[in-house]
Amino acid sequence: MEDYELFNRKTKAFIFGTQQRAGQRMLDFDYLSQRETPSVAGFITPTGEGYYHLFWGTKEIRVPRYRSIEEAVKAHPDADVMINFASERSSAETTMEALETETIRTVVMIAEGVPQRDTRKIAAFAKKNNKWVIGPATVGGIKAGAFKIGNAGGTIENIKELKLYRPGSVGFVSVSGGMSNEGYNICHLNSDGIYEGIAVGGDVYPATTLLDHLLRYEKNPKIKMMVCLGEVGGTDEYEIAKAVKNGEITKPLVMWVTGTCAKVLPGQVQFGHAGAKADREEATAQAKNKALREAGVIVPNSFDDFGEKIRETFEKLKAEGKIEPVVEPTPPNIPMDYSAAVAQGLVRRPTHFISTICDERGELHNYCGVPIDEVIKKGYGIGGVIGLLWFKKDLPKYAREFIELVLQIVADHGPAVSGAHNTIVTARAGKGLIESIISGIVTIGPRFGGAVNGAAEHFTWGLENNMSPREFVDAMKAKNVRIQGIGHRIHSVENPDARVQIMIEFARKHFPKTPLLDYALAVEKVTTMKKSSLILNVDGCIGVLCVDLLKNLGYSDKEIKEMIKMGFFNALFILGRTIGFMGHYFDQKRLKTPLYRHPWDDILYDVPEKPDKVENVEK
Amino acid sequence: MAERGIREYDAKRLIAKALPEFSDGKFRYDAKCVLIGPETDMDKVAEENPWLKTEKLVAKPDQLFGKRGKNNLLYVNKTWDEVKKWIRERMNKEVTIIQTTGKTTGILTHFLVEKFVPHDEEYYLAITTHREKDTIHFSTKGGVDIEEVWDTVVTLDIPILSNIEEVDVEGFLPEELGDKKKKVAEFITSIYRILVDYHFTYLEFNPFTFVGDEIVPLDTVAKLDDYASYQCAEKWGKIEFPSSFGMPPKTEEEKYVEELDERTGASLKLTLLNPKGRVWNLVAGGGASVIYADTVVDLGYGDELANYGEYSGNPTTELTYEYTKTILKLMTKEKDPQGRPKYLIIGGGIANFTDVAKTFTGIIQAIEEYADKLKETNVKIYVRRGGPNYKEGLRKMKELGERLGLPIEVYGPETHMTKIVSMALSEKKR
Repeated sequence: MEDYELFNRKTKAFIFGTQQRAGQRMLDFDYLSQRETPSVAGFITPTGEGYYHLFWGTKEIRVPRYRSIEEAVKAHPDADVMINFASERSSAETTMEALETETIRTVVMIAEGVPQRDTRKIAAFAKKNNKWVIGPATVGGIKAGAFKIGNAGGTIENIKELKLYRPGSVGFVSVSGGMSNEGYNICHLNSDGIYEGIAVGGDVYPATTLLDHLLRYEKNPKIKMMVCLGEVGGTDEYEIAKAVKNGEITKPLVMWVTGTCAKVLPGQVQFGHAGAKADREEATAQAKNKALREAGVIVPNSFDDFGEKIRETFEKLKAEGKIEPVVEPTPPNIPMDYSAAVAQGLVRRPTHFISTICDERGELHNYCGVPIDEVIKKGYGIGGVIGLLWFKKDLPKYAREFIELVLQIVADHGPAVSGAHNTIVTARAGKGLIESIISGIVTIGPRFGGAVNGAAEHFTWGLENNMSPREFVDAMKAKNVRIQGIGHRIHSVENPDARVQIMIEFARKHFPKTPLLDYALAVEKVTTMKKSSLILNVDGCIGVLCVDLLKNLGYSDKEIKEMIKMGFFNALFILGRTIGFMGHYFDQKRLKTPLYRHPWDDILYDVPEKPDKVENVEK
Repeated sequence: MAERGIREYDAKRLIAKALPEFSDGKFRYDAKCVLIGPETDMDKVAEENPWLKTEKLVAKPDQLFGKRGKNNLLYVNKTWDEVKKWIRERMNKEVTIIQTTGKTTGILTHFLVEKFVPHDEEYYLAITTHREKDTIHFSTKGGVDIEEVWDTVVTLDIPILSNIEEVDVEGFLPEELGDKKKKVAEFITSIYRILVDYHFTYLEFNPFTFVGDEIVPLDTVAKLDDYASYQCAEKWGKIEFPSSFGMPPKTEEEKYVEELDERTGASLKLTLLNPKGRVWNLVAGGGASVIYADTVVDLGYGDELANYGEYSGNPTTELTYEYTKTILKLMTKEKDPQGRPKYLIIGGGIANFTDVAKTFTGIIQAIEEYADKLKETNVKIYVRRGGPNYKEGLRKMKELGERLGLPIEVYGPETHMTKIVSMALSEKKR
């Protein structure tokens, strides 16, 4: 490659940063330009290694990721470009590191906001070592039909429209990255298109200047004319005027310096770019345009006739026979990206996943349509949140409070119950939080904690079949089924369970009606006649009140049955009791309790002397 | 924004903080100064700084402009009571000052009060920064308009890749400094180190002087590179970048857009130029926005240019909606007194990666909301844009015009970017 060329059709580059999309755009450009190989050698992503999957036409390929510049350079000594997407905080450091390698010759700094002194050092270092830096604060640039820097040139449709997949005769350079694509368009509309386009970036001291690139273009015999878009602020454009005057630039140059509006603005309005600020007369756009015109540069009257000047200049060169006719290649087709097709409404696809309880895609994620900040501000509480996420309903206050009441009541029931016991044993075996509470949770079911669901089912069955409490008790007896939610080890009619009392009191006070509770209490009257301890217990009370709550919330009997089947009521128990399990886990860890081993004297060892032998049976 | 002027008060505060460290303890500068703003409780300041009541004082405005002596805004060798009265008489008053760049009118809001230092020598020191070097300027004839004695100024270049330690600072200083030469060289070296480490882009003492053995900066001008604010957060402490003197106070709408801008990684800017102007720009991109404003001015309609502004960096639909609404609100506030149409230029180049249809969604929502007002105010809308998904965006715009019965003309990349400006303005002549 000649020293005035930065890229060709074989150029390989690293992308610093997790920028798969920019990488894909580069590969699409390569494919469209019918390059033999992709231009992205690899990604440098300090946070991870492995591969990114990108498309080469229709084929999916793997592009390697490296954790450091050093590793990447070692693996790909043929890559001489790094496109640096590092943030403004680390862009200078990583750029310097890349410039210090033997093989990387050109670095593009995309970040905006790199301290001036850092950029100035980088620029000087690069110059001293015959290296090139484009940026900071740029989108990069494009060498038509050869190499595209990151996101320059925009979409693949734009590249096709502007024929950027094949070179023209114009060398274009601008300050603004945002305007570079427009610049390519203007050249496309008014000439045979760009040969190369570079945006040096809007900083006060871009690492390479407009002139640096114009001088490269001057040396390149394939470039017949140059187009340049400068900006108010700084004095770099005077260097261009000087270069034209003293013959360093001989090719026709069409140039416009933007920012002529500054004179009507009050004080010193800072434009979008850091460098665009005229604090002395010579930095104004007018002064620069005037100096350029006087030096012999082709300067339009305003941006409005920029294109016409380019056209005139190009046509003149063409008439002089200096422009070789372009051989128009037929670019291959590139399949549209699915996401782009969706955005344009061209395709549709059935989904395989559905969520109707929440959406995290907006600025604030929501619970069933209620933004999270509103959930907090309006005091939904845990009960309200459960209402939104489980029931998909904005629950009335009493319902939220009832749910919270239940959670508090079921949160723990001592270390002896199977779930807490398992949690403790697992914690003492040295396992972590997740394993310990899972071992507790898995014991929850028909025998432990399951009475909530069971009671709801049993009493509902009795009530909906219009059985009198007595008939219900008898029917259950006949089926030989224990009524779930009835009976307690300690509590009895004489010694009532305070938790049940509280719930009943709450329900009587706040629930519009409590049909199933009333029925369950009537049943209790029958059972306690037999034995005083056969009272409606906590699980039973929660079960029947949950049914009453759902009825009050407008659910049909059928829906409630489905919810019971799904385990809705167990869910309340699991959620509440997990609080207790975690407490037990932390307790054991704090106490540094050792491995639990069940004592021998608590195990009945009743092992036969020998096993029954199973004799072979004749066929 | 990069290079931004800071108050003399802050400059002195930073120098005082850094000087001992960067001179290896050779220099110490006890910055006896306070900043008085419109809200400052002067009695409280005096309580916290007892020296104000015992020392003779100097007071001057601290609002990024120089030539304060020539503009009669320098109050020297006075008592605290005198200074208080002098400041109160000037606080929040409009003044017109004359500088090298011309006349500027603005409101006085900030004053620096510092200890008066009787002195003989007045030295000039300035350090400027350039692409490939920093330049130290020195003269023994400071304290005056330095341009008048420019031939006494000696300069020394420090290339960007070298250190001040490698440079013979003493050697470049004029002989007439005599036995003070070494000390001045050491001072300059220390100040240069601070300039580098604190990311100053400009630093000027005109003058500084000696009090006995100590060096005291009297008049200080400084600029910082605000791109370094991350690296320098602790060094700078709480720093303010005031807008230049004479900038009109921000309108409610401008402040609102500033708030929107701060909420996002995208960029939203608005400067109101002439609320009665008839050409309003709603342009995407920093580069393109300047060019649209230019074109209005270059075509001779600078006096009709209502605003400068831009949106870029892929703002969300909500933000573009709010931004557009702000502009529509301003432009439909009143009809043109002569009943002429107003023009809304929804312009932009060919975006690299901003989804045009998406950003247009917010703009369309705002236009829908303001449809009646836009008709009442006789607003004509011109659209030109390219980039990802632009066809869909333009289609929506066209459809919007038809649906609402608003005059909206829509163009894509095949039309020169600023053509819509001349289209609108040539229409205007009719």
